[in-house]
Amino acid sequence: MAFDSHEKRQFKQVGTRPPRPDGVDKVTGRAQYGADVTAPGMLTARILRSPHAHARIVSIDTSEAEAMAGVKGVVTGRDFALPEDAGLADIAVNVMARDKALYDGHAVAAVAAVSPAIAKAALKAIKVQYEVLPHVTDVDAAMQPGAPVVLEGRALESVPAGMSVNVTHASEFGHGDLAAGFAKADRIVERSFKTAATHQGYIEPHACLASVTVDGKADLWCCTQGQFMVRTVCAALMGMEASQLRVTASEIGGGFGGKTTVFIEPVALVLARKTGRPVKITMTRDEVFRATGPTVSTSIDVKIGMTKDGRITAGEARLRYSGGAFPCGTVDMGAMAAFAAYDLEAVRTQGWNVLTNRPKEAAYRAPGAPQAIYAVESVVDELCQILKLDPLDVRIRNAAKKGTKSSYGPVFDDIGLLATLEAAKAHPHYKAPLKPGQARGVSCGFWFNFGGNTCVSLNVNTDGTVGVTEGNPDIGGSRASISLMAAEELGIPYDKVRTIVADTASLGYNDVTDGSRVTFSVGLATIAAARDAKVKMCARAAKIWGIDDEAVEWKDGAAWPAGPNAGQFPPMSLAEIAAVSFQTGGPIAGHHEVNADGAGVSFGVHLCDLEVDPETGKTTILRYSVFQDAGKAVHPDYVEGQMQGGAVQGIGWALNEEYIYGRDGRLQNPGFLDYRVPVASDLPMIEAVILEIPNPGHPYGVRGVGETPIVPPLAAISNGVSRAVGVRMQELPLSPPRVLKAIKAA
Amino acid sequence: MRYEKPQTVADAARLLTAEKGITRVLGGGTDVLVQLKAGMVEPDLIVDIKALPGIRAIVAEAGGFRIGAAVSNAQLGEDAAVRALWPGVVEAAGLIGSTQVQGRATMAGNLCNASPAGDAVPALVAAGAVARVAGPGVARDVPVEAIPAGPGKTTLKRGEFITSIFLPARPAKSGDAYLRFIPRTEMDIAVASAAVSLTLNDQGVITAARVALGAVAPTVRLVDDAATAIIGTKLHDDAQAALAAACSAACAPIDDKRGTIEFRTEVAGVLAKRAARIAYTRAGGQA
Repeated sequence: MAFDSHEKRQFKQVGTRPPRPDGVDKVTGRAQYGADVTAPGMLTARILRSPHAHARIVSIDTSEAEAMAGVKGVVTGRDFALPEDAGLADIAVNVMARDKALYDGHAVAAVAAVSPAIAKAALKAIKVQYEVLPHVTDVDAAMQPGAPVVLEGRALESVPAGMSVNVTHASEFGHGDLAAGFAKADRIVERSFKTAATHQGYIEPHACLASVTVDGKADLWCCTQGQFMVRTVCAALMGMEASQLRVTASEIGGGFGGKTTVFIEPVALVLARKTGRPVKITMTRDEVFRATGPTVSTSIDVKIGMTKDGRITAGEARLRYSGGAFPCGTVDMGAMAAFAAYDLEAVRTQGWNVLTNRPKEAAYRAPGAPQAIYAVESVVDELCQILKLDPLDVRIRNAAKKGTKSSYGPVFDDIGLLATLEAAKAHPHYKAPLKPGQARGVSCGFWFNFGGNTCVSLNVNTDGTVGVTEGNPDIGGSRASISLMAAEELGIPYDKVRTIVADTASLGYNDVTDGSRVTFSVGLATIAAARDAKVKMCARAAKIWGIDDEAVEWKDGAAWPAGPNAGQFPPMSLAEIAAVSFQTGGPIAGHHEVNADGAGVSFGVHLCDLEVDPETGKTTILRYSVFQDAGKAVHPDYVEGQMQGGAVQGIGWALNEEYIYGRDGRLQNPGFLDYRVPVASDLPMIEAVILEIPNPGHPYGVRGVGETPIVPPLAAISNGVSRAVGVRMQELPLSPPRVLKAIKAA
Repeated sequence: MRYEKPQTVADAARLLTAEKGITRVLGGGTDVLVQLKAGMVEPDLIVDIKALPGIRAIVAEAGGFRIGAAVSNAQLGEDAAVRALWPGVVEAAGLIGSTQVQGRATMAGNLCNASPAGDAVPALVAAGAVARVAGPGVARDVPVEAIPAGPGKTTLKRGEFITSIFLPARPAKSGDAYLRFIPRTEMDIAVASAAVSLTLNDQGVITAARVALGAVAPTVRLVDDAATAIIGTKLHDDAQAALAAACSAACAPIDDKRGTIEFRTEVAGVLAKRAARIAYTRAGGQA
């Protein structure tokens, strides 16, 4: 749906900040999260996990556990079907190991029992005989000849012969003559970087409750970013028809991309089918860290050439990503996003995915982009330092704009990068003086955004209220923004609209909540569903007035005769039409189904002031500002929250968060004590500056905002630290021991 | 697993002595419950000491203070008199965990958990604090630095437990301070830490000092060489450098997920220097 450019719209409700509809339930503890669901006769299941990074499973003896009083069922990899589709098969093997345990924490068996204590005791009674195999957890080591082989035969045809067996994907993007580009440069900088795997760190651990009846109908309640995705995957793994499995999404305590796949849901379903009882599984935090999806870990080389006056003449990047023990296409995103902020004559990126003995990667806000853009923005910053150029001026000079052929192929439409850079430059933050020892880091960020399959129903109730039924869990304020868009379009107050998230039996298919798609795509479908309802309400008014449908128009929340020839009738409000709907043809509802495109790419610019303690290497963030194009901020509080939250997660990634593996290949820090997300006192107030350059692909101009803000912090902070300590930092996180070592070596 | 809440010290000692299996003493429980949840230990007997007489009291004694073993760090932090006499100790105890944890956690528990990184311990060691140990025999007084034997291990014998910690009187013109290094600003475990307690004469010369380091050896270290480096000085730069060097020399840390040997060794000296400056100022010296 195109932007409503034909009318100069004055928004009445979109752009306001009403109270969030889920707020009261959440602050009073009434909201139902994944672990809050119970059922009569419910069993509790626990999962036995591999203590080895890589081991052949020689045998599993479950007989002693099965004989224990209170144990109702035990399952292993043998109890799970292996779908033909490779992607689904990988999920099945990740959910429960078959012949090999592929990482520390890989599930090998599960027990359902009448109490958590019995389930826990039964795990100890399961005897697994392992043949421990050599393991590899480092992406560069896994690419070496002779590295331990994680899985064989998984390389796609795009992978050239002669590479390590662990390399599964290869991709290449770009255009222009690189050699000619570098020849025009006055300075060329080439650097290598590494980034650690990080976890989304959602506060709510995965939890689900499954119930399967004897006639094969199943219900599943779970914490997820996409109940339809859960249905698709679980139905395939269970050999069920989609209609027989109803999935209901709970409230969600954070997802950030990490809940766009399944881990425990098929296990609960298989146990429920085997035992005939409802089965509940709640992960511990330890399990969340060891066995759900962190980001890729990466190793990246970047080479950029620049003229003395700051024109980038060529850019090249080689990206090696590991998505853990299974094939993973995230490197493609990195290779596409790396240079997206720049208008370049010559650019090339190559990416490879490498298998390692780590958990299977899951999406995390703009998956693949933060790492690649960190590396590119670090080299751009170093060139600015060497050539004594202002880092924002250089980015403005080279910024991608409407008509730019992007580094990954498409030609950009209206994008907000230049406006965002100029807003950052004009902001008081950029002019504020720095004290000795302080430094300022700058970075651009980019994300593609996504639309996708979307289905919305909008029901007009006889009392003049409206119910919107949508199919995506609300992970970032979507119920509020959807209600605002419905109210805006219908011309009724926000508090007359209630939006609910439907289960999979109650609405058509909706893609998983990813790609910052919901406010864009579900919003678009909601507006279209409201327009559908308005057409129907105009027809009801026409019927009452005895005039043609076309002679009625909708404005200001009511049906009006369209022009003097239509007749003299007082307008009928939505409430008035709804009140008599049973006499004019029955209930009124609007619907819209779409595979939405036109999501519109998103750019952001971050400024970070910081200081580094020269005696300990500790970085303190002093001031932080986020500038981002939201297209149209439907509920600005939530937009600011996304910008701030993304920045904070990026700050954590840059400074302290990392998966630390011991020499034994076991995860050393599977808990929030030693996996260090920032705490509130670590952070200044994050200033969020929203720009609104309408997205041509949405009737109100909306752009997704949820992912871009995690992209720039990595380089913004690394650039600030590099300037503060006088050493170009090339590895994340910038933990104090690493920074102090760099200071000492300088 | 049995849970007992005895009303007398003698009953508590009897219960702990009689149990053949694994026992745990429960004060605030901020370590014991975490160990239970993590499956690190499955005790046969838990003895809750919170009902013992005086165990939750702070009592003035001989110019110092006797802190009951179940006095929470929050309670300690609200005691203005203790804070005035031993600000470094109170601040160290106040760094442990969150606000919620502060309402439960105790210094005696921190000492008996025997982590080399316990925040209260270096400050107590620098303060010359003494633990009163009850058990099957007669109660005995033990310097706090003699309680930890290694990570997770104490020198307490079967049936023994701490009933109080005594913070002694101190001369005028004294001050103490504790600093720890964590990568964040709170809710973390010390990567390295240092406590300094010192006394000045009227000229601002340090006449007595105790320096203790945490998280740089299997147990908290009392570093005599570090004290010697600043006694007789006004804590000028060279004295600070000598202090830092003596502290770094006393470190025998490990490489782990929280920090490297190199980092801990370096930063322990930095923290000692900074803590000494705070203690010196608190004692009335012009740093």
